Amino acid sequence: MQELIKRAKELLENGTVARVLGWKAGDLPYNPEPAYFDSTESLADFVYNGFCGANLSKYMIEASKLEGKTLVCLKPCDTYSFNQLLKEHRIDRDKAYVIGVGCKGKLDIERIRKMGIKGIEQISGAEMEDEADTLTVSTIYGEKSCKYADAMLERCHVCKGKEHQVYDELIGESKETKDADRFAEVARIETMTPEEKFAFFQKELSKCIRCNACRNVCPACSCRKCVFDSNKFDSAQKANVDSFEEKMFHIIRAFHVAGRCTDCGECSRVCPQGIPLHLFNRKFIKDIDEFYGEYQAGMDINAQSPLTDFTFDDVEPGIVGERG
Amino acid sequence: MSIEAKEEFRPKIVAFCCNWCSYAGADLAGSSRLGYPADVKIIRVPCSCRVNPMFILRAFEKGADGVIMCGCHPGDCHYSTGNYYARRRMTLLFSMLDYIGVENGRTRVEWVSAAEGVKFSTTMNEFVEKIHSLGKNVRLGDLRCRN
Amino acid sequence: MQRIGVFVCHCGSNIAATVDVKKVAEMALLEPGVVHAEDYQYMCSEAGQEKIIEAIREKNLTGVVVCSCSPRMHETTFRKAAEKAGLNPYMVEIANIREHCSWIHKDMEEATKKAVILTRAAIAKVNLNTPLKPGESRVTKRALVIGGGIAGIQTALDIADAGYEVDIVEREPSIGGRMSQLDKTFPTLDCSACILTPKMVEASAHEKINIYTYSEVEKVSGFVGDFTVDIRKKARYVDMDKCTGCGVCQEKCPSKKAPSEFNRGLNTRSAIYTPFAQAIPNVPVIDTNSCIKFKTGKCGVCSKVCQAGAIDYTQKDEIVSQKYGAIVVATGFDTIKLDNYDEYAYSQSKDVITSLELERIMNAAGPTKGHLERLSDGKAPKEMVFIQCVGSRCADDRGKPYCSKICCMYTAKHAMLIRDKYPDVNVTVFYIDVRTPGKNFDEFYRRAVEQYGVNYIKGQVGKVIPQPNGKLLVQGSDLLDNRQILKEADMVVLATAIEPNEGVRKIATMLTASIDTNNFLTEAHAKLRPVESPTAGIFLSGVCQGPKDIPETVAQAGAAAVKAIGLLAKDKLLTNPCTAQSDELLCNGCSTCANVCPYGAISYEEKEINDHGIRETRRIAVVNSALCQGCGACTVTCPSGAMDLQGFSNRQILAEVDAICR
Repeated sequence: MQELIKRAKELLENGTVARVLGWKAGDLPYNPEPAYFDSTESLADFVYNGFCGANLSKYMIEASKLEGKTLVCLKPCDTYSFNQLLKEHRIDRDKAYVIGVGCKGKLDIERIRKMGIKGIEQISGAEMEDEADTLTVSTIYGEKSCKYADAMLERCHVCKGKEHQVYDELIGESKETKDADRFAEVARIETMTPEEKFAFFQKELSKCIRCNACRNVCPACSCRKCVFDSNKFDSAQKANVDSFEEKMFHIIRAFHVAGRCTDCGECSRVCPQGIPLHLFNRKFIKDIDEFYGEYQAGMDINAQSPLTDFTFDDVEPGIVGERG
Repeated sequence: MSIEAKEEFRPKIVAFCCNWCSYAGADLAGSSRLGYPADVKIIRVPCSCRVNPMFILRAFEKGADGVIMCGCHPGDCHYSTGNYYARRRMTLLFSMLDYIGVENGRTRVEWVSAAEGVKFSTTMNEFVEKIHSLGKNVRLGDLRCRN
Repeated sequence: MQRIGVFVCHCGSNIAATVDVKKVAEMALLEPGVVHAEDYQYMCSEAGQEKIIEAIREKNLTGVVVCSCSPRMHETTFRKAAEKAGLNPYMVEIANIREHCSWIHKDMEEATKKAVILTRAAIAKVNLNTPLKPGESRVTKRALVIGGGIAGIQTALDIADAGYEVDIVEREPSIGGRMSQLDKTFPTLDCSACILTPKMVEASAHEKINIYTYSEVEKVSGFVGDFTVDIRKKARYVDMDKCTGCGVCQEKCPSKKAPSEFNRGLNTRSAIYTPFAQAIPNVPVIDTNSCIKFKTGKCGVCSKVCQAGAIDYTQKDEIVSQKYGAIVVATGFDTIKLDNYDEYAYSQSKDVITSLELERIMNAAGPTKGHLERLSDGKAPKEMVFIQCVGSRCADDRGKPYCSKICCMYTAKHAMLIRDKYPDVNVTVFYIDVRTPGKNFDEFYRRAVEQYGVNYIKGQVGKVIPQPNGKLLVQGSDLLDNRQILKEADMVVLATAIEPNEGVRKIATMLTASIDTNNFLTEAHAKLRPVESPTAGIFLSGVCQGPKDIPETVAQAGAAAVKAIGLLAKDKLLTNPCTAQSDELLCNGCSTCANVCPYGAISYEEKEINDHGIRETRRIAVVNSALCQGCGACTVTCPSGAMDLQGFSNRQILAEVDAICR
């Protein structure tokens, strides 16, 4: 982290960048938040540790409108989102100085809590420099520990790899943390009966409070104005909200980002209700891979997105029924 | 059992038909007097690629029991490529609906040319029959997602 | 709020017999925005239209719903009526209560209920309609005719005679098409070449006609009145301007083993060749597959003997790009391949031939110089058997489901000509039905039977078996006598089904013209618009639309020409105003929509936007409404809903959905 801060200072001082987009400590030790730093002094608050899961790509939409370049810290998986936004002309490459930062898997406080570790005061072992594969958690009930890998976000268990897709320079080591099948859960749901599927999603979506956190954090969901907030589809009548709205919202949201979603997992990370929202996006990704060939959004900026492309002998929609 | 339950189930079915092939196919079914149940109501769109998933979900939201989309046969689109995009979109959408537990039989895509009045009528008869076998759509219409 | 009038048509009893039209009008009055509702016997009649006009004027209607037949029938009629009354024509919507209701339902209550709902949906839509204004586009006063057979030639001549420029694109080295391969024509028995070649000469000499032979359509863009077409002129390796057509090169060419396409492969031709003596243009082409110079680099005889110095081995394909206002498709037909009909021994015996091959054999310029002889041993046949409906009227997918229409007549012609010239040859025809509707057709067939003693047997042939003695054993049945027939023949002629020429599907796709499962181009209306494609500006001439004989082809060619002339005579066309539009406040500028636009109608520009007080320069999508054809692909791909389609807007369609599901 020190190397990163040193380099950021240099770039600010020599005028290459006008500001730095990174993370600063939050009000709790495990919730650092995205932040801009526009002076070398302010960089004193800069943090980058295992809890810096937030994908900063989307902030570059606004940062692209600012005067001067913005130094943005991107983890390997964030760079896919950055590329996708570049492809969609939402961000200006010339306005960004990308430092690819190292990543050894990001942590999920909810996972730690689920292990029964409560009253958390301090967590050590989450710094980038820490070599140990365990976390030490000091709680009001005393010191506890857990394996780093066990505390990782779901998305890190299905890591896309340690390569940055786009950068101006790289700082820090990355580690591939994949130890699970990305589509296992989707495949499990697919084998359920319609009743079970319905019950599963009803249970999950019944938690939705329409706080829009998923939409706000999603780098693909970056419309100036969401269809659910505009009158274009008569879909913005919140007072009139009925039965189906949550499902409609999540299906349409997933559909709108289909072929554009990089599977960054931010939607699930930020959902205050813990809804596994990535299961919607990943279903589309799985189908796209199976029907139209493997496609990773944000990998090749010149590749045609599967939903704006076709072949003469694509599968027919009837395949859904035939697959059973 | 309530009184309504004894009433004959009359499904609500929305059919999106492209102007150039399927709508004309439906016209031909009409002029050839090839009947299908009155439960099917057709909405004319210029091309199958005009059908937004939002329209389909909205129909279900408002109580439709089945939604079918008809377009020109692949390769015959009046706008040359529209139905190819529609095919991908509907494949993914229907797969998603299936995934969240909506019976796959409630959604269907059929390619019907202007000359296929018979196919239009047969398709609609089959589809209505399928919806009858699935019964009323309770999953997408009438529940707020609360336990 | 709109002020909507609802007009319910009885269509005589077509609607009124199954739909309670009074009830539909009554129920309509309960819908929001409806201020007037009435029913009438024939809404499309003068008096019916007058009722609409009157109501618009008297009740200040801002929208109209007509509950009647399909909008594909009378939408234009009612829109024009509304316009007369001063209402924007796009404020009119049709509820299709005939084709989609009264004609398919029997129960009055049920049909009425459905008609009410369809009306409700149309009212809901009109409530959201906005006045639209068509744009204008120019008409390029030049026509393209694809195909240089008799259909294409006739169409081109008729258009050119009206004073418009016409280009003919022909794939083969010469114009003439199938008709040039025929020997005689039914029912007059005049010589095909004798009546065709003057037309070919006329076309090539016409100052308004420009012929591209040995050329193919490569790419089509644009729309009615303003098509841009790329034509690939394949390299001939002979300079068209220098060649005098003396023919010495063909004579001296040492490579003479290539099968002659014109003679259906029954004999051979040289590597440098014109397909037939009367070819137009009379300029040969070099077939690089058989040319020794192209294969080995050595030879060059043609170049040496050409006095005019016309041979140019370095010639390359050339792409010509040209603008047209109208395009006529006249791509014609070929006979089907007989791979699925092994039982007739076509591939096993040289003496089993197709009827088109017989045409070449009978022709004085053909492979046997017009002598009827067996291709296996050159002997004169004594027994000839004709088999009808080979691949036509086929119930399974081995052949074609349709009747090829011309076979009965040309078989009668063949039989008659053979009996006339070779009275000692017995001719037997196996048929399912003899179909001879047409002027002087049945008389012609009866002459074959009565005067020329052709033996017609109603029944099909199951098998043709080549015998060791060189004869062909024909196994058939006589349905009228109910007996099996075994007959030894010297030659068997198959009345092979015809099918649209190979490649027509590719052309249809380029033109976005509809095509049916048999690869025939679809007409805009089977009865009322038989020479127009549903795609504006595309016209159909000849067999590409369906099987037909020469007089029908010529008649249709003239009809297609008239339609094309009608279009070219206009200076400007009104364009469909139902085009896509981008809301600049919502547009993300993400470029996704342009990816799915088949017309390249969407571009992006940097524009200063005032978004509720926030001024910024944004990249936004702009639709060129002259290019947009209104398919709506962009509207669905746009995640923010910025892109919408006029006349079929998101809110309009959703209103219809809501009204139907209510």
